[in-house]
Amino acid sequence: MTRNKKTGVFTGTMIGLSMAISSLSYADNHPIKIAYIEPLSGPFANVGDAGLKHFRFAAEKLNAEGGIMGRQVEIVAMDNKQSPSESVQLVQRAIDDGIPFVTQGNGSNVAGAMVEAVDRNNRRNADNKVIYLNYAAVDPALTNERCSFYHFRFDAASDIKLEALSNYMATRDDINKVYLINQDYSHGQFISQRMKELVGEKMPNAEIVGDVLHPIAQVRDFSPYIARIQQSGADTVVSGNWGNDLSLMIRAAESAGLDVNFYTYYGGGLGTPAAVGPRGQDRLHQITEWHADVNVDEGLEDYEKWFQEFKSRYPEIDWYYHRIYNQMYMLKAAIEEAGTTESDAVAAALEGMEFQSPTGTVTMRADDHQILQPMYISVMDENAKYDADNSGVGFRTIANIPVEQATVATSCDMKRP
Amino acid sequence: MLQTIAFSILDGVLYGMLLFMMSSGLTLIFGMMGVLNFAHASFYMLGAYFAYTIGLATGFWAALFLAPILVGAVGAAVERYGLRRVHAYGHVPELLFTFGLAYVIEELVALFWGTVPVAYRMPELLSATAFTLFELDYSRFKVFILLISVVMFGGLWLLLKKTRAGLVIQGSLSRPDMVGALGHNVPRVFMMVFAFGCALAGLGGVVGGIHFVTDPGMAFMMGPIVFVVVVLGGLGSVPGALIASLLIGVLQTFFLSVNFSLAGTIGTLGIENSGFFGVLWHMEAMRLAPVLPFLLLVLTLIIRPRGILGKREA
Repeated sequence: MTRNKKTGVFTGTMIGLSMAISSLSYADNHPIKIAYIEPLSGPFANVGDAGLKHFRFAAEKLNAEGGIMGRQVEIVAMDNKQSPSESVQLVQRAIDDGIPFVTQGNGSNVAGAMVEAVDRNNRRNADNKVIYLNYAAVDPALTNERCSFYHFRFDAASDIKLEALSNYMATRDDINKVYLINQDYSHGQFISQRMKELVGEKMPNAEIVGDVLHPIAQVRDFSPYIARIQQSGADTVVSGNWGNDLSLMIRAAESAGLDVNFYTYYGGGLGTPAAVGPRGQDRLHQITEWHADVNVDEGLEDYEKWFQEFKSRYPEIDWYYHRIYNQMYMLKAAIEEAGTTESDAVAAALEGMEFQSPTGTVTMRADDHQILQPMYISVMDENAKYDADNSGVGFRTIANIPVEQATVATSCDMKRP
Repeated sequence: MLQTIAFSILDGVLYGMLLFMMSSGLTLIFGMMGVLNFAHASFYMLGAYFAYTIGLATGFWAALFLAPILVGAVGAAVERYGLRRVHAYGHVPELLFTFGLAYVIEELVALFWGTVPVAYRMPELLSATAFTLFELDYSRFKVFILLISVVMFGGLWLLLKKTRAGLVIQGSLSRPDMVGALGHNVPRVFMMVFAFGCALAGLGGVVGGIHFVTDPGMAFMMGPIVFVVVVLGGLGSVPGALIASLLIGVLQTFFLSVNFSLAGTIGTLGIENSGFFGVLWHMEAMRLAPVLPFLLLVLTLIIRPRGILGKREA
C-alpha cells in the first residue's frame, strides 16, 4: 500500500514536472503574436488590407532571418470596421488571448480610444500588459497631453509634418495664397488650425485665402469646392485628406483645370496615385518618411530588393509604409535587448532606442515615444523609376528634411511604471 | 455671385443627371415590382468594373454598350433564379435577399478586382476641354455625361409612353393579373424590367466610375442617396426621378458654393453660437449640404408621402 502510494506520488511528480517542462519549452517556441487592428471590411477596407499585407510581408522576412530570439512572428488580423468602440473590444480580445502587442494606425479617433484601453488594462492587469505600436495615427495629442508609456508612434506626428512642410513652403516664392481644405474631424481640424499659425509665423509673403472642413468620406463631387478655391485666387492648397477624399478632390481639380499646387500628407498613399494618374504631374506634393525613388536616389540596394519582392508578391499595391519596416525591426531589437516579451521591459528597451534605418538613424524619443526620422517632400513625376500603384506616375524628391529639422518639442509628462 | 450661380447650376445639373441615371432603373423596379432593391447601387458598381475590364480589351466605346448589356444579363439572372423564388414569400424576404446580395456583390468585386481603386480612365477624345467659364474648364466628358443622360431620359420616356412594350409594362404596374389574363407572361415582363433597370444603373456606372472613383466601396457610397431620389420623385415615376435628381443636385451644390449662414445674413441678433438653436443659427450652409438630401426625404414623407409625381403612397 505504502509502496503503491509512493509510486503514485512519484508518477504524479514526474507527470507534473514533464508538463512544466513541456509548457516551458512551448512558451519558448511559440510565436510572438502582434494583433493588427484595422478596418478589413467597409469603405476603408482597402487601406486596412494593404497595411496587413505590409505587416505579413515584414513578419515573413523576419522569420526567414530566424525570427526574434528564435521565435516566429505572427500577425493576427482583427477587423475593427474603423470603429473606436469595436477597436477597444478587440484590444481586450488580444489581451485575453495573451497577445503582448497591438498595432493600429488608421484614424486618430480610433487611436485615442485604443490608448485609453491599453492604459486602463495595464493599470489594472499587471500580469498581462500590452504595448500599442502606432504606425500611422498622427494626432499630436497622442504624444503630448494624452501620451502613454505603452504607446509608441512610428509615423511623424501631424505637427512635425506641418513644421517641415511650412519650412519648405517658406522657401518657395511661388506660394502667396494658401487654401486649406481638410476632413472635418480631429486630424483635419488640427491641420486647419496649426497651418494658419505657421503661415503667419514663417511665410510673411503668403496669406490664407480659404479654410474649409468637409465631412469625411461623404463628398462624391468636389466640383463646388474646387470652384470656391478658384474664386479665392489660391495658388497653393494644403490638405491632410486621405483615401477617396483626396483622390476625388484632385480629380475634380484637374478636370476643372484648376492651376494650383497641392501639398498633402498622403498623395502617394494606397489607391490615390491610381485614381489621380498623370493629372498630378508636378502638382501633387507629399511629405513622407520615405518613397520608392528614395531607394534609387540614395543607392539603397537591399531596400530596393525588398521593395521589388513585395511588388512581385502583391502586384496590385506597392511597399508604402516604410514605418512598418522600422517598427518591426525596432520591436525585434527591443525584445532581444529585453530578453523577453514582457511589456514593461520591452517598452523600456524601445524608449530612446536608436535604429539604423535604410534612410538614416531614427530615434524613438524617450520623452514622448515619438519617432524622429528624416523626412522627404516629393512631387508626382512620370519619370520616376518606380510608379506608385501601377499608375504610371511616381514621386521625385524635391526636399530632404534632416532629422534635426523634423522635430517639434513635446509637452508630454510621461508616467513610467 | 453670378459666377457662383453659374457653377452651381452647371455642377449641380451634372451631379443630378448622374443621380438620375442610377435612380431611374430603381424607380421602375420599385414602382412595378414593389421590390426595394438594396442591391441597385451594386449594379451601378458592376457597370463601372465591367466597363473597365471590357475597356482594357476593346476600348471605351465598345465597353459603353457592352457593359450595361452584361449588367442587364446579371440582373435578369438575379431576378429569374433569386428574386422570383423569394417573391412568393412576400416583401420582407425580397428585401433581405437584395440586402444580402449587395454584400455578396461587394465581396465578389473585392475578390476579383482587389480592394484598391482600379485605374479606370476616360478616353483621350473626351479628356479635352469643351469650354471655359470664369477661368474654370468644363471637360468634354462632363458634356458627354449630360448628353448620355438626356438621351437615356428621352429613350425611356418614348419606350414607356409610345411603344407596345411600354403599354404592357404600365399595365403590369397596376393590374398584373389582368395583364396575365390577356396572355402576357407577367413574370417575364418582371424579369425584363428588372434587367433593364439594372442595365440603366450599369450605364450610370460606366460614366460614374470615371467621374468618381471605381472601388468596392462605391456602391455603399451611392446607395442611400439613390433611395432618397426615388422617394422624393415618387415611386415608379421616371419624370419624378428626373426632377428629384436635379433638385438634389443643384440644391446641394448651391449650399456648398455659397458662404451663407442665418447669422451672417440676418445678423446675430445677440444669439450666441451655443446650444441647439444657436449652433443652427450660426451654421454655415456648407456644413448643412451633406444632410440636405435626407432632410428633403424626411420632409417629403411628412408632407407629401407619394413624392413629387408619384401616384401611390410610399
